[in-house]
Amino acid sequence: MEKEEELFVPRLVTTEEIFAPGHRACIGCGEALAVRHVCKALGKNVIIVTATGCIEIISSLLPQTSWQVPWIHTLFENSASVMSGIESAYKARVRKGKIPDKGVKFVGFAGDGGTSDIGIQALSGAMERAHDFLYVCYDNEAYMNTGIQRSSSTPYSAWTTTAPVGKKSIGQATWKKNMPEIAVAHRIPYVATACPSYPFDLMDKVKRGAEIEGPAYVHILSPCPTGWRYPPNLTIEIGRLAVETGVFPLYEVIDGEYRLSFDFPELKPVREYMKEQRRFRHLTEDIVEKIQARVEEEYLKLREKAGVK
Amino acid sequence: MSGEKIGWKDLEIGAVVTEPGSASVYKTGDWRSERPVRENERCIKCGICYIYCPEACIEEDEEGYFEANLYYCKGCGICAHECPRGVITMVEEVEE
Repeated sequence: MEKEEELFVPRLVTTEEIFAPGHRACIGCGEALAVRHVCKALGKNVIIVTATGCIEIISSLLPQTSWQVPWIHTLFENSASVMSGIESAYKARVRKGKIPDKGVKFVGFAGDGGTSDIGIQALSGAMERAHDFLYVCYDNEAYMNTGIQRSSSTPYSAWTTTAPVGKKSIGQATWKKNMPEIAVAHRIPYVATACPSYPFDLMDKVKRGAEIEGPAYVHILSPCPTGWRYPPNLTIEIGRLAVETGVFPLYEVIDGEYRLSFDFPELKPVREYMKEQRRFRHLTEDIVEKIQARVEEEYLKLREKAGVK
Repeated sequence: MSGEKIGWKDLEIGAVVTEPGSASVYKTGDWRSERPVRENERCIKCGICYIYCPEACIEEDEEGYFEANLYYCKGCGICAHECPRGVITMVEEVEE
């Protein structure tokens, strides 16, 4: 191999696949890609707890599993509680000298429904009790595995099967719940947002979150070709546009201090993000303008918090 | 599911799976309707296709090129879309 080829960043990433191929994710799944990146960043010394959701059904079709690490599936609502229990039991056994401390990391995975709707009280409790864990939310903006039902994470005016489009409905009638801000409000040491379109940024954030003592929360936007209604080869492109238009800004909050991972002096119009997705195709110009105004307002607030002029 | 069918008596207590990564025997390549074809002359071996593959099916070969393992490739076309040199094209699968 020539010298300059070694400088390409993807070559520096570990080739070990902890999330084994052969999983049953849809073609072009952004979530499976995000899990792959997260697992690469975490390494093998982890225990993973997964709430019900896409990740669980694609990775663990009995009697097979895609996981190369200890993994447990729990219900929609209690991934954070199960994770706290495992972490406490591990600590207790180490304290009593029954097992050596190998520095195991505890990681919870859940979708947006398992995080911002059904699992929020368990997660809030685990954050408040300050267990040492990393919680990763895969946000594909609806309940995709059961058939694209709306969640509180679905963006305003998006079509879903339970927020249909018609004469009196424009799809989802409410704005997306800002889950990372709810995590920040718990004053935990680490909160970040990430997207698999920026894999190295994502891996850095996951590593940082796992290393920090105390609760850490990483919110990952994972584009879903099935539910968002776009061709599967555009997964990375859509994720990138979400960041570049300001719909899903990437930032970290370390001990309450905001830092923008990518800052764009000029945001692209949200129309560009929406035009490839059929869940937004019914939108009229005035609704797009309304969304544009909201996105700009939120982005400005975020820049203010990060201290960027 | 591949292999013979198993009943509930064959499962471990608590439906525990004892073999890590056992889903790898499943051939997701059956789902594919298009396959990625790479042009070696213009490839710069950057590995962008490898890092963006949701199936984790792209592996480096001895010469340093990244080759898709068609046993797992579902043919999503992300590699072809993201390749900075445009050396990957999606070719329709034909029945043998």
